[in-house]
Amino acid sequence: MTLSNTRPITPELIAAHGLKPDEYDRILALIGREPTFTELGIFSAMWNEHCSYKSSKRWLRTLPTKGPRVIQGPGENAGVVDIDDGDCVVFKMESHNHPSYIEPYQGAATGVGGILRDVFTMGARPVAAMNALRFGEPDHPKTRHLVSGVVAGVGGYGNSFGVPTVGGEVEFDARYNGNILVNAFAAGLAKSDAIFYSKAEGVGLPVVYLGAKTGRDGVGGATMASAEFDESIEEKRPTVQVGDPFTEKCLLEACLELMQTGAVIAIQDMGAAGLTCSAVEMGAKGDLGIELDLDRVPVREERMTAYEMMLSESQERMLMVLRPEKEEEAKAIFVKWGLDFAVVGKTTDDLRFRILHQGEEVANLPIKELGDEAPEYDRPWREPGKPGALPASLVAEPNDYGLALLKLVGSPNQSSRRWVYEQYDTLIQGNSLQLPGGDAGVVRVEGHPSKALAFSSDVTPRYVEADPFEGGKQAVAECWRNITATGAEPLAATDNLNFGNPEKPEIMGQFVKAIEGIGEACRALDFPIVSGNVSLYNETNGVAILPTPTIAGVGLLPDWKHMARIGGARDGDQLVVIGGDGSHLGQSVYLRDVLGIVDGPAPEVDLHAERRNGDFIRSAIRNGQVTACHDISSGGLAVALAEMAMASGKGASVDLSEAQGPAHALLFGEDQARYVVAVPADLANFVCANAEGAGVPFRRIGTVGGDRLVVDGLLSLPIEQLRRTHESWFPEFMDGNGTAAAAAE
Amino acid sequence: MKSAVVQLPGLNRDRDMIAALTKICGHAPVTVWQTETELPDVDLIVIPGGFSYGDYLRCGAIAARMPVMQAIKAKAEAGVKVLGVCNGFQILLEAGLLPGALMRNASLKFVCREIRLEVVNAETAFTRAYEKGQIIRCPVAHHDGNYFADAETLAAIEGNGQVVFRYAEGTNPNGSINDIAGVINASGNVLGLMPHPENLIEAAHGGTDGRGLFASALDVIAA
Repeated sequence: MTLSNTRPITPELIAAHGLKPDEYDRILALIGREPTFTELGIFSAMWNEHCSYKSSKRWLRTLPTKGPRVIQGPGENAGVVDIDDGDCVVFKMESHNHPSYIEPYQGAATGVGGILRDVFTMGARPVAAMNALRFGEPDHPKTRHLVSGVVAGVGGYGNSFGVPTVGGEVEFDARYNGNILVNAFAAGLAKSDAIFYSKAEGVGLPVVYLGAKTGRDGVGGATMASAEFDESIEEKRPTVQVGDPFTEKCLLEACLELMQTGAVIAIQDMGAAGLTCSAVEMGAKGDLGIELDLDRVPVREERMTAYEMMLSESQERMLMVLRPEKEEEAKAIFVKWGLDFAVVGKTTDDLRFRILHQGEEVANLPIKELGDEAPEYDRPWREPGKPGALPASLVAEPNDYGLALLKLVGSPNQSSRRWVYEQYDTLIQGNSLQLPGGDAGVVRVEGHPSKALAFSSDVTPRYVEADPFEGGKQAVAECWRNITATGAEPLAATDNLNFGNPEKPEIMGQFVKAIEGIGEACRALDFPIVSGNVSLYNETNGVAILPTPTIAGVGLLPDWKHMARIGGARDGDQLVVIGGDGSHLGQSVYLRDVLGIVDGPAPEVDLHAERRNGDFIRSAIRNGQVTACHDISSGGLAVALAEMAMASGKGASVDLSEAQGPAHALLFGEDQARYVVAVPADLANFVCANAEGAGVPFRRIGTVGGDRLVVDGLLSLPIEQLRRTHESWFPEFMDGNGTAAAAAE
Repeated sequence: MKSAVVQLPGLNRDRDMIAALTKICGHAPVTVWQTETELPDVDLIVIPGGFSYGDYLRCGAIAARMPVMQAIKAKAEAGVKVLGVCNGFQILLEAGLLPGALMRNASLKFVCREIRLEVVNAETAFTRAYEKGQIIRCPVAHHDGNYFADAETLAAIEGNGQVVFRYAEGTNPNGSINDIAGVINASGNVLGLMPHPENLIEAAHGGTDGRGLFASALDVIAA
């Protein structure tokens, strides 16, 4: 029985596809007739914000994307960066925010699956993953459910697939109450001369469908991800895809085997807008047409229409252009792994995207225009106002410095994330050198005697909200700093830009200024952006999330034996702060979590100082002069010292009497470009003399030893107490004790 | 000593295991695919960890019914050493080569962390490099490692010295009965354990406590 592929095109149907009237007019002008129902679906999939970047493209072009090590910048499935010896690292970060809010387990799981596929589509074996997660306030009734589901989903997929999760972020803020963020990062290793791209070449060659079968899951997912949320959200559950990490693992092995055979001309994973997006991309990039016969597409549901097949976001699928003489060899590999392998179409020379179903042509569209001529907007924007200055003298001191520090290390946002990362396999592949809990995750390069890669994901949304430009700079600088704190050289980054509704000038203003800040920092630090993703419309009932441009970076350690860790300090080591004294309390967690005030400007990032101080740190680590290193970020020097003490199990005696400024600013100030290092006592003079010679501000602040963290005249806390406080918040919150306590108040 | 590593779709610590065996005995193990019914002549067969067939049915249940398992059973009966780690342990239980069962962790969550193991029996072919009562470090990474056996079986394996490893010092990560982390068959040639000694065999791993197990099984204990 034939299925009907026709439906009358009404204004309501057009609106339901997220297409604006002027965008529909553009379609009419482009094809010179009314589109079929299938064609309308295809346009909606290609022209939505998620796939077309229509609001952001103009600004993304301003980011630095090139560098001596960059092999492939944005525009492919992932960025590719040279790490010497003919090796390269392939990486990208991508959001799965909307699906994860609707169905946390599957939303997060398929987010991880999608980013892994982006990496192995290019011929790289995934070696590391990270996740930047942001949830609503802990007391919100949905938060615990979302945390539990997202963490289980990330783990469920990544653990089964077999990639170590080596880092990430988990934060809570009321501004994410109705719109959580799930940003998934993956990196893989490949040989620089064996990278696979999506550009099709050659006319009349077979287009092959690989992997899992097509079902109805995720139909319209990309369009859903490009809209704001409202109360109808529960109805959108069917647009969330279902992940199958087992099939993905098989697909990985099959693809890597296939790539060895020389059969692959072009390959593209099916992500957002599945078959549509992957086929158009391969054809448009190669200046070729594509013809698909949907009757040959492997399906797992009956009576699927052309519209459903073209818009399905079923997971674990790939599309490939094949060298015809290799077909049998290629097919045998997929049969071995129990996966589908079907020739579903061919490349053509007419630049048309033609879809056949049940012997009829259901779509015939110009392929270049579908991708290249998507609408592009220069949306009006307004630079957001900034809070006025807030000198430390106007900020109250705590009554008790010890209690203030305990409050911070045990707060929802500064407490240990062990509850989360112990649900992730951090050790698989046997190459993990530094696990979550330090500055950056570090993974050695298998097959090389000494090389390792460092990974960190960072952004401080409260800074971006207060000052998008400085906040954008800070996100890049902190990522660069965290990588540097291991001794690695930061090479390149990927960005995941999460913002509200770009049709509002103040939101667009945040976006524009944040990109400006990111670009400036990336240029100053030689830290190009090689891949990324934009997630807009992160709003619920008109309230936007905190602007959250996540930056995930990769660094190279030539010899991991010369690497610093947060917990490496030894008794008698001297503690030295690299960078100036703490002074800036605006937007600090001290202000927010101890005093309950959100005020003041974000800290400014002096990129020259950032680079100078970081280069000094890296050289000291590589010369074996540093036993432990940690960057100073949220919570200032006090939290940095506490984290180092908890990691090493060794206390410290610290004296700040020679430092300039009020004690609470010295301890809790969030000034940038700063680190704490532990240096063997006999090297301390030498290291400080070197700092002086390099024009790097430094201050010797104390000695490692004992079982308490002591800051003379201000606080004295047993490490055990710090640890207990630091470790208890998350498990107690997830056990529900937090709510019971709140209810009793 | 020659060894073989079994590769099934969904297993994902096979590469870790191959690397560990290669580093410890100086040459790579042979690999065996799910459909093979004739196994190479080796002294040790290892079923590594992972999620065979997605573990979409009971963990290890599908793997235990693949053709290669018949061949492994025959080898085990002939006295060849067989080691199952994590999913490999689950598969050996499902195949009936070891007593007991593994249930979902008591926390109902996946857990990846370092624990302590007590070497309860140091007289097996897998533990000769250790001393009885020795406490070693070892990581775990699993969702279904909660060992259980009925009272009769438990009494038997405890009495026969078949409990080879126990979680020590209050580090039981999964609720296993009697803190059992690893058991051996009555003939002493088939060992299964949940922890991952292959992830703690060199300086880069931060320790070498796992090495002794492979050194024992491969007979490469330093004199």
